[in-house]
Amino acid sequence: MIEHMPSIPQRPRVGLFVTCLVDLFRPSVGFAAVKLLRDAGCEVDVPKAQTCCGQPAYNSGDKATAQDLARQTIAAFEDCDYVVAPSGSCAGMLKVHYPELLADNAAWAPRANAFAAKVHELISFLVDVRGVTAVSAEFSGRVTYHDSCSGLRELGVRQQPRLLLASMPGLQLLELADTEACCGFGGTFSVKYPDISNAIVERKTADVTATGADVLLAGDLGCLMNMAGKLRRQGRRIAVRHVAEVLAGETRDPAIGEGP
Amino acid sequence: MKLTSPAFKENATAALADAQLQRALSSVGPGLAARRGAARAGLPEFEALREEGRRIKDHTLANLDAYLEAFESKASEAGSVVHFAPSAVDARAIILEICRHAGARVVTKGKSMISEEIGLNDALEAAGLEVVETDLGEYLIQIRGETPSHIIAPAIHLTQEQVEADFRRLHTSLPKERQLIEPAQLVAEARQILREKFLAADVGITGANFLIAETGTSVIVTNEGNGDLTQSLPRVHIVLASIEKMVPTLEDVGTLIRLLARSATGQEISTYTTFSTGPRRAGDPDGPQACHVVILDNGRSELLASQFREVLRCIRCGACMNHCPVYGAIGGHAYGWVYPGPIGAVLTPALIGVRNAGHLPNASTFCGRCEAVCPMKIPLPGLMRHWREEEFRLGASSLAARLGLKVWATFARRPRLYHAAARLGMPLLSLFARRGALKLPLAGSWTRHRDLPAPQGRTFQALWADTRAGVPR
Repeated sequence: MIEHMPSIPQRPRVGLFVTCLVDLFRPSVGFAAVKLLRDAGCEVDVPKAQTCCGQPAYNSGDKATAQDLARQTIAAFEDCDYVVAPSGSCAGMLKVHYPELLADNAAWAPRANAFAAKVHELISFLVDVRGVTAVSAEFSGRVTYHDSCSGLRELGVRQQPRLLLASMPGLQLLELADTEACCGFGGTFSVKYPDISNAIVERKTADVTATGADVLLAGDLGCLMNMAGKLRRQGRRIAVRHVAEVLAGETRDPAIGEGP
Repeated sequence: MKLTSPAFKENATAALADAQLQRALSSVGPGLAARRGAARAGLPEFEALREEGRRIKDHTLANLDAYLEAFESKASEAGSVVHFAPSAVDARAIILEICRHAGARVVTKGKSMISEEIGLNDALEAAGLEVVETDLGEYLIQIRGETPSHIIAPAIHLTQEQVEADFRRLHTSLPKERQLIEPAQLVAEARQILREKFLAADVGITGANFLIAETGTSVIVTNEGNGDLTQSLPRVHIVLASIEKMVPTLEDVGTLIRLLARSATGQEISTYTTFSTGPRRAGDPDGPQACHVVILDNGRSELLASQFREVLRCIRCGACMNHCPVYGAIGGHAYGWVYPGPIGAVLTPALIGVRNAGHLPNASTFCGRCEAVCPMKIPLPGLMRHWREEEFRLGASSLAARLGLKVWATFARRPRLYHAAARLGMPLLSLFARRGALKLPLAGSWTRHRDLPAPQGRTFQALWADTRAGVPR
């Protein structure tokens, strides 16, 4: 099952791109990712010279800062066989947009392309690259899953999380009405246009509630904080977690937006 | 057309509070998206067609000068008069002159977004002409003094009840006790009113979905047949189209039409697809005595040479807005000028300036659905990002946004400093947590509508350093 590229060792060295939101707000997602990667036969390294993928700058038109952060991130991960992020949005930035950002730079374009070839979103990496078809963790309950836009459309992350969730016998997946609809987060969009963002997330939480699920999962912490924040404000008792937490059995910590 | 794009935020807030608009938006847009999905699923070669459509348009744009000349020569051979209008002012003047020369009093119009772009109706009315929109949606907004809120469904913001009230208010010659409950009854009434106008018109103005270079033909697609009556009954037919409507051959139109109807309404083909080449010829039973084609540039040749060139592939199907979460929330009028939705977010800054329309490319979550459904594969989010870069370069984005970005970048560029600050800051921040939510000053934009989930406490990097040092988590 496991796909091996000629230059990739049996036990590849995976650089975890933690993402700034996981680093700052929800480290348990990072530890869940480490566990899933180790279970899939990988050695995990967390380069210290990483900060943020640069999307806030890139999507605000500040190309120079985005380019600086792209170079910084590429350099930090050059020793790794793979670069894996627990976020489709950040992985998309690294894989799709870094080569675009540095395309005109003769020294950096080849490095950006080589780097991009090694980048994967966490769950699709487990399934597509490491051939994982099942997880050992247990979870029982009715869950629904939100496909975050960048992962879905830039990286084709759709079946992989569903495949792994289906391997958990006690877990019942109830699909959302429109699985391709955005949750309204959009990074800085959510604070630049809060009223519009709110209208979009209200539609999403209505869809989430309509599934009858007790748990909402997704693969991107930004979307999760947006939806969890709205569900909490609406007084809904739906637990919101990153899909990696459930797949890794790392559900000791309170769900997103819950706590003492 | 009155420009309100600079007030986009206020427009959006008002749109969100407009219950009638929200009711109208909740039904039609999602319905169009669902129909497009079904049509796409029913055509296995749809993706190959998209690629072919993109290729046709890219080729045409790369050779646009030659195709425009070829069109002019073929259309002239067929008896049409071709006018090139560099600007909106020129186009209005050309059309007014044609109307004046024809001694026109009544002008009928098929649906044309270009005529909205150049403010044609106001110019014609100021010159004393009676202008009648004949597309049902356009007629509805004309009688209400509104502008289109969607490029193919201009009255998508209206509910049936509003239409009934307008008809009762305006069509006073009809019996008061008539029934106007079913959509069919409303359509029949509009048809009855418009039929007289079709017959009275001296000049008919239509847009064009395509201009065919090899034959000098203009093509329109409609579902009401109003375009046919607009262009064949009056003495003079004026086609108003922008330069990017050009396609090389009839066969190319076949490809693009298959994409257009499916992407727009989910139809395999629109009810009427009309090809017109020149005025009535000797022996023709009907048709106009004169035919003019006004080809508008209005800044497009500059776009052709810019990083925004790909937007000129657009065939105006409206799929991007039917699938846009922002358009779906606020409708088209909030965008504040002619073209709403993702296509408007790219096109409007080009036509009225990024300083006027800066909000439009910023008001996107970059969810990418517009690009995914665009039959012409226009990278709309990428082009919106180019406008954001343009705005940043001009220093036109807000001071708060620029300052915030600068502070954040100072840390993000220095990993040691960043992690040291985060290691200290996040545990402090979590002190402001109450039952899983952060209560912070300055977070109002987020917390007005949502809780802000609290951080767990220490950063991943700090915890990871501990586990590396043998400290259990």
